[in-house]
Amino acid sequence: MQFSNLSEVIQMGGHGVYVWSAYAVSLLALVCLTYLPRRKQKRILDRVAQQQKLAARRDSHSAQ
Amino acid sequence: MANWQWFHRLGSPRWLYQTLDRWTIWVFLLGATALATAFVWGLLFTPPDYKQGNSFRIIYVHVPMAVVALAAYYMMAISGAIGLIWRMKVADMAMRSIAPVGATFTFLALFTGAVWGKPTWGAYWVWQDARLTSMLILFFLYVGVIALYDAFSVRGSGNRAASIVALVGTVNVPIIYKSVDWWASLHQPASIKFTEASTIAAEMLWPLLLAIVATYFMFAAFVMLQLRMQLVDSEQKSNWVADLTKNGST
Repeated sequence: MQFSNLSEVIQMGGHGVYVWSAYAVSLLALVCLTYLPRRKQKRILDRVAQQQKLAARRDSHSAQ
Repeated sequence: MANWQWFHRLGSPRWLYQTLDRWTIWVFLLGATALATAFVWGLLFTPPDYKQGNSFRIIYVHVPMAVVALAAYYMMAISGAIGLIWRMKVADMAMRSIAPVGATFTFLALFTGAVWGKPTWGAYWVWQDARLTSMLILFFLYVGVIALYDAFSVRGSGNRAASIVALVGTVNVPIIYKSVDWWASLHQPASIKFTEASTIAAEMLWPLLLAIVATYFMFAAFVMLQLRMQLVDSEQKSNWVADLTKNGST
């Protein structure tokens, strides 16, 4: 360990703002890369499910 | 006789989706664990740089992002070329999957570089610098590819236009590599060398190498997530996608 307490870790000898903002923005971007394609896929599947439901209703109407 | 079955299976969206579904989580966990280890190691346990102090710790996110962003550009261009020449649908999807991940990594290389530049060079950005400018062009190329494949209502035309831009843009990648040698640059030359001894202390080098490998795994996992989504998107009418909606798996 290069630092003796938490405030030293945060300050990093005056470079804390730069170091921590670089890491914070990077982590945020990695979280987005994990989350966004999954959300988009879920939306596509939801839409497909809805269309199936509509089609099923149409079919039962025309059968009557 | 070599077994080419795997190659033909690549043409089956359903098989590919199931394979990705099985493997993505493991690739992701491996990459995330390794990257977290490398970050903690680099942030807390490596000694500060004798000249730059603690600002040098940005290296553990800056260099891996830049290295993978450059390699990803080639992967994207090659996928685009395969799609262009052999009309392979999965290759076009691979190009579309790599582009947003590569663009994000390039943005992170630029951002962390700017934040590192302020305490080290006294400026966030220097327009005259070839390394910085050529990297910015890489970002615009990625954005251009994304914009092009979204700009066409016919999927095929968008893929073709995007592949051609991706291929032409490969010229930029060796320029980025060589920019620090060809032109006067504030940016330091590469510290990790393949043909001679690296000019970085071993205790700083090991977490950096781990971070680079981990970032490749993260890149792979992100592309796999994108590709899964692309497969579902392009196969909306097929039965296996209809089955997915029943399982509720995403």
